[in-house]
Amino acid sequence: MTIRALAAPVAWLACASALCLIAAPAAAADKTLKIGFVGVTSGPAAAWGTSNVRSMQTLAAWWNEQGGVKIGDDTYKIDVVTFDDQKDPKRAIAGMEKMAQEGIHYVVGPNVDDGAAAVRPVAEKSGIIYFPYAFPKELYTKPASNAVLGMVANYQSGPAIYKYLKEKRGVKSIAFVAANESDPLSQRDGGVAAAKALGLNVVADRDTYQNDTRDFTPVLTPIVKLKPDLLVLSGVAPANAPLLIRSARELGFEGLISTETAQDAKVLEESAGELANGFISVGGASTPEIRSQAMDDFIARYTKMFGEYNDESNTKVYALQYIVDTLKADPKAIDDVAEFKKTIDGFSAPNPYVKSGSLHYVGMTSFGQKRQLAVPLVVEEYKDGKFSTLFVADVD
Amino acid sequence: MEQVLVNGFYLGAQYALIALGLTLIFALMNVLNFAHGQMYVVGGFIVYEIYGRLHWPFVVALAASALTLAVLGGLIEKFLFRTVIRRSVRDESTMLLAAGVAYFLDAAILLLFGEKQRGVPKIVKGVFVSDNLIIPYDRVLVAVLAILFIVAFVLMMQYTKPGRAMRALAQDRVAAQLMGVPVEFYSLIGFALGAMLAGLVGGLLVTITGVNSGIGGPISIKAFMMVMIGGAGVVGGAILGGFILGMLESVGLSVLHAYGDITYLAIFVALMAFLSVRPNGLMGKPWG
Repeated sequence: MTIRALAAPVAWLACASALCLIAAPAAAADKTLKIGFVGVTSGPAAAWGTSNVRSMQTLAAWWNEQGGVKIGDDTYKIDVVTFDDQKDPKRAIAGMEKMAQEGIHYVVGPNVDDGAAAVRPVAEKSGIIYFPYAFPKELYTKPASNAVLGMVANYQSGPAIYKYLKEKRGVKSIAFVAANESDPLSQRDGGVAAAKALGLNVVADRDTYQNDTRDFTPVLTPIVKLKPDLLVLSGVAPANAPLLIRSARELGFEGLISTETAQDAKVLEESAGELANGFISVGGASTPEIRSQAMDDFIARYTKMFGEYNDESNTKVYALQYIVDTLKADPKAIDDVAEFKKTIDGFSAPNPYVKSGSLHYVGMTSFGQKRQLAVPLVVEEYKDGKFSTLFVADVD
Repeated sequence: MEQVLVNGFYLGAQYALIALGLTLIFALMNVLNFAHGQMYVVGGFIVYEIYGRLHWPFVVALAASALTLAVLGGLIEKFLFRTVIRRSVRDESTMLLAAGVAYFLDAAILLLFGEKQRGVPKIVKGVFVSDNLIIPYDRVLVAVLAILFIVAFVLMMQYTKPGRAMRALAQDRVAAQLMGVPVEFYSLIGFALGAMLAGLVGGLLVTITGVNSGIGGPISIKAFMMVMIGGAGVVGGAILGGFILGMLESVGLSVLHAYGDITYLAIFVALMAFLSVRPNGLMGKPWG
């Protein structure tokens, strides 16, 4: 090869190197903010964590497309780091340790009680604020201070639902059925206490099922015989809700059916069809009556990215939004969770996902400190493939 | 009580069909197919896609499910299990391979079909109601179809040439080979048939219970329980085990419901006691 022949590639290489050098300072101005997720994205409860992860990824991609988020004087690209704990507390601990090793200070999840309790020592030792979707009060009451509940707890939504149904639909008797796992059982116990406090006649409070049950007819046969006015599916997984509803209705149950967990309209439509009409559940910025244009845009982006929207994301969209907006309010909190905790108390920002409302932390009534995201408590009713709002309430 | 018995009979019919494929593969190849539940799930999703989303006739969807799983099972046998059995002298190797296939299918199903519970329109509408009994017509149809499939399978094994060959294989693999039975071919057919049964029952039950990507493992565990009750590798045992488990569940959930979820606790305790007395299950000897 002659010197002349070599000249052209060398010139191209030199130009490319020069361009890299020129571009380098601009690239350095863009920082990356890693936000973690530790939760369940496989197995029967995969829908819970997957809706978390996909909500975070949709939001991060949206912000990154717009150039990132400005926190203080810097602009950050959001990088979502995920870990599937397979609903296993041991793996949840490993996941939280991984987040700590990566220098992450804000983690969404875990999705269940035992996982959320298991990661507490790691989070507190490593300076991580985490946002579980689990209800044990000891996670959010002092001396605990690193966990922030990401949704409305059943002991907050349950009494509101039962009271509404007692007053508006004449419910007098109530039966509970729950999966034989810590979350649904604790939710059932909370529900039973709330129902008794309201003076409702609790006709069944011991009936449970294995979470992997596929045919609920044998489970529900004895309960349906009791003819309660309201059947509560405590802490029911989205995969099981339509099967329970279908079995109850096919057995001739004519009362109301409700749950305090978020559900997906498409799943109900496919697996229970019109038998699910009248089913009452809890959602976030879910129904067209209250959601904003930004929420519609989020749903459109989510659907474009993942092919199908999950109604659970009406609640799951909030965690990342809260983290970033709180950091915007106090940029020092990026590396210092003590600052984050200080900011929580006075924090307020517009809620982009509903037509009116604000983002702020709550929890004084339930936990004695602000360790809960203020997500709209929307109680909704399913009918013909869609949810409509029954009523909207505030926690605290 | 009639309702409890009918519930148990219906559960038993579907359980028996689930356990058949598992026990067939074990009988022919001494392979504990941990991926049986995942194959059931694939079958369910195929029917969901074809019948639920494309709105093609249910029969076509069910046939497609059975055929796809038969091909998948054949490929898994030919390229994975046959190789491992040939190269390894330890039985554990096939167990590890089966577990690996199960994990792979779990991940692939989640990737392909998503995390949501899926369901399809009812194949038959309406509910039979009498004073003591309520049973939806689609359950009656599924139970009848399950029993028909079981009968057809037993007749096939009893009276056809491939059936006789597979029985010979189950009895004594070496003797069958010495008698001129092409064991590799019939192992492939047997594995494909076992997988096909998983696809068939998955496709059938998606009309009642729907399907989601996470149920493969629990389905496999339940199938193993039935096989343990009836006796591993025994077709009659799998059928019996299925019906016994279905009845135990139904009666237990009805009688013990006031004491919380102790039905499965009681079943497992009974199973442990039973196996300590009769480790080979009720019919624990090679079938044929």
